Amino acid sequence: MVFLTRRATFSASHYYWNGSWTAEKNEQVFGRCANRNGHGHNYTLEVTVAGEPDQVTGFVVDLKWLKDVIEREVLAAWDHRHLNLEVPEFAAPKLGESQLIPTTENLAIEAWKRLEPAVTAAGGAQLSRVRIYETPEIFAEYRGGL
Amino acid sequence: MSPEVGRAYFGRRYTLSASHRLHTEALSADENRAAYGKCNNPHGHGHNYIVEVLVSGEVDPETGMVMNMVALDAAVQNQVIERFDHTNLNLDILFVNRVPTTENLCRVVFELLKGALRSVELEHVRVEETENNFFECKGN
Repeated sequence: MVFLTRRATFSASHYYWNGSWTAEKNEQVFGRCANRNGHGHNYTLEVTVAGEPDQVTGFVVDLKWLKDVIEREVLAAWDHRHLNLEVPEFAAPKLGESQLIPTTENLAIEAWKRLEPAVTAAGGAQLSRVRIYETPEIFAEYRGGL
Repeated sequence: MSPEVGRAYFGRRYTLSASHRLHTEALSADENRAAYGKCNNPHGHGHNYIVEVLVSGEVDPETGMVMNMVALDAAVQNQVIERFDHTNLNLDILFVNRVPTTENLCRVVFELLKGALRSVELEHVRVEETENNFFECKGN
């Protein structure tokens, strides 16, 4: 088994807010991230796939293909967007649904959900890990919940 | 409520600066020099260490977090940064009987944090001594 990682960057804005809490509790838990005017980051997304190198090409997957998958499935929806306002998985919920706060943890999980069907459908490699850096010092990762 | 997603991981990188000398009384002067090279120079030397901490757990549906970063920062600050930053590692009681190699620093940091983090699993501590070498300790 060989693990292959492709890195991509995107920029987005967000804020942290739990609509079922008071403003005071949101500010206490989330600090400056609770500012409703939002703020932004340059995110780095690392996508790791695992598989056996193809006997003919020597590739686990074609990196150009993986780049296109990342751009189509994630960056097209998230890059230069306000995550809370215009990205479906984080946008304001319908009545009775709780919202998904665009923390780095949830970004890693939602990126996995966007990427996993495309990687699996291609056959061969499996999605192994999604890691998202919010800053060079902060990252979250998801490995499919295992 | 968000659907069941299982375990997720949260990582954070910290820096601390400290000096050390790699030397053990168990070896002769020549043997120390052979084992540790310039790291055995008598007056020690220093590094800007990067300490990467990776924790895991369920994502709290109320906060979207594995754990609050402020709490992680406080634990690392209290247990690690305040103890070791701008110090001579050889003088810390934890290094009285072990050489302050970065392997041992990594293990010590792991143990200090493991005792302080209750609500999450400590997955690994990675200590980068320079840009070109690093060490990792993992739970189990």
